[in-house]
Amino acid sequence: MTQQDQTLRNMEMMAARMRRTALDLAYSAGPNGAHLGSGLSIIEIMAVLYGGILNIDPHNPRWEDRDRFILSKGHGTLGYYTALAEAGLISSDELSTFEKNGGFLPGQPVMNMDKGIEFSSGSLGHGLSLGVGVALAGKKRGRDYKVYILMGDGECNEGSVWEAAMAAKHYKLSNLIAIIDANDMQSDGARCDIMAADYETIWKGFGWDVATVDGHNVNRIYETLHAGTRIDTPSVIIARTIKGKGVSFMENNNEWHHNRLTLTQYDAAVKELNP
Amino acid sequence: MIQINSLNARLWSKLGQRGTFGITMLELGRDIENLMVISADLCSTSGLDRLRLQFPEKFLNVGIAEQNLVGISAGLAKEGYIVFATSFANFAAMRSYEQVRLNMGYMGFNIKLVGLGSGFAMGMFGNTHYGIEDVALMRAIPGLCILSPADCTEVVKATFAAATYNGPVYLRLTGVANNPIVNKEDYPFEIGKAIPLKSGSDVAIIATGSMVYHALEAAKQLESRGISAAVINMHTIKPLDTETINTLCREVKLIVTVEEHTVVGGLGGAVAEYLCSNLLAPRQLIIGIPDAFQKAGDYQYLLEQNGLTGPQIAERVSSILNGLVKS
Repeated sequence: MTQQDQTLRNMEMMAARMRRTALDLAYSAGPNGAHLGSGLSIIEIMAVLYGGILNIDPHNPRWEDRDRFILSKGHGTLGYYTALAEAGLISSDELSTFEKNGGFLPGQPVMNMDKGIEFSSGSLGHGLSLGVGVALAGKKRGRDYKVYILMGDGECNEGSVWEAAMAAKHYKLSNLIAIIDANDMQSDGARCDIMAADYETIWKGFGWDVATVDGHNVNRIYETLHAGTRIDTPSVIIARTIKGKGVSFMENNNEWHHNRLTLTQYDAAVKELNP
Repeated sequence: MIQINSLNARLWSKLGQRGTFGITMLELGRDIENLMVISADLCSTSGLDRLRLQFPEKFLNVGIAEQNLVGISAGLAKEGYIVFATSFANFAAMRSYEQVRLNMGYMGFNIKLVGLGSGFAMGMFGNTHYGIEDVALMRAIPGLCILSPADCTEVVKATFAAATYNGPVYLRLTGVANNPIVNKEDYPFEIGKAIPLKSGSDVAIIATGSMVYHALEAAKQLESRGISAAVINMHTIKPLDTETINTLCREVKLIVTVEEHTVVGGLGGAVAEYLCSNLLAPRQLIIGIPDAFQKAGDYQYLLEQNGLTGPQIAERVSSILNGLVKS
């Protein structure tokens, strides 16, 4: 087995553990509920980022040359917190404080540099502008870090995304990589019914380097992110995903956009993940 | 090094607050290594052309995109830059309000948002361009500092103070060219510390921004009517200098606030919110722009229509004070 094969295998196992932990967290949130659909659709993306792509040091989360990750779709915390735990930035004890009163791991991320959380997010359409600023700072100072921003396809309804998209191309931010969790659903239902848009064409029209991948295929995501970026051009990876991925009764079922898990549902879901 | 003296005060007055801001930023461009000045397609209007030419690496134009203006500013501020971001006050405060709330308020990034041409400065552009609610909006966000310089000399002082202040600031620029002069000589300027310009024992007029000059004019007229009026330059609207207000409460029968801003939620609101819990507080008169949109006009016309000139302020103060004495 080559080293790359091993990396890919590790990321797959990491994704499996994260998905299982995400269910535990969602169940532990009790009546507060959790954004399960979206948390589960980004698991493989997050496993690849934190398992094989991001150049970070969990012992020095403020390291100046670290790659920066911004969870613009803040409701993806089940995928984010579990990845931070796998990366050694959050302990399992801390993880168990998910959605507890007064805790630092609420349903949407709160900026916390000790834990590697670069920005507070939750309101959609903010992350790409932040990323443009961070990427500009990197270019100006001649630093090699990259800036990764994970957004939702529903989030791309927001006009502010396109202000930032225009700017990233204009400033030639080749150190900026956006990833779209394209699960084709948003809060009120199917994206094609609510606000259909051909994002691949639109991002190309904005001058970005566009790649479309299976967002649950660790090999493909890793390959695409690992391939590097074009000179003077920001990149976007449209990751085709399934909302609620991995649990049959949650997949493509918008009841699980944000919901609470009963014990019966939790047991059924766990059984599917560990047959 | 910028010299504050009567000659420069006259020069800056001719340029108005925006032009004076630009001159100050050129100086800061020389002084501050990690400065970034960003505008949403209003570089010239912000008086920033010279900075852009001399320090191109410190200037960025984001195009007509105010949400992105504040978002990019936040990314740069997170990485350690001191960021000044400029647009007309209405766009800076309103088009990007949620970005201001989250990036400057919630995350507390070191951004100085500059609201150009606030109040009625945009004259014939009409209501779309008037900045008449910006203070209310900015004041509602926890953690923001709001500076409202009285004249062009104070624009220099406030801009320097904002640059060294470690935290988010909204800098509100008011008035047009030939901005009336309040300060001719250098003086100590401290964020959060109001400046008493004139003492008085009957009434205290607390004014901010462009209205400080008119408050001084009003005080002169009141004196001629035998009313002793103190005038306070409240250049920092948040945090409010409650110590100065406490002192005034002990000295006068009436507190008057004057601002080129709606009477809802601005300086008047801030002072009223503080006074209402003070049992010994005198009555307060809030002078500002009525809670309504109006017909467009030039700057002077709009001040007069809204009772914001010295003689009109004196008239209102005097009639209220007479009423108080009779009751």
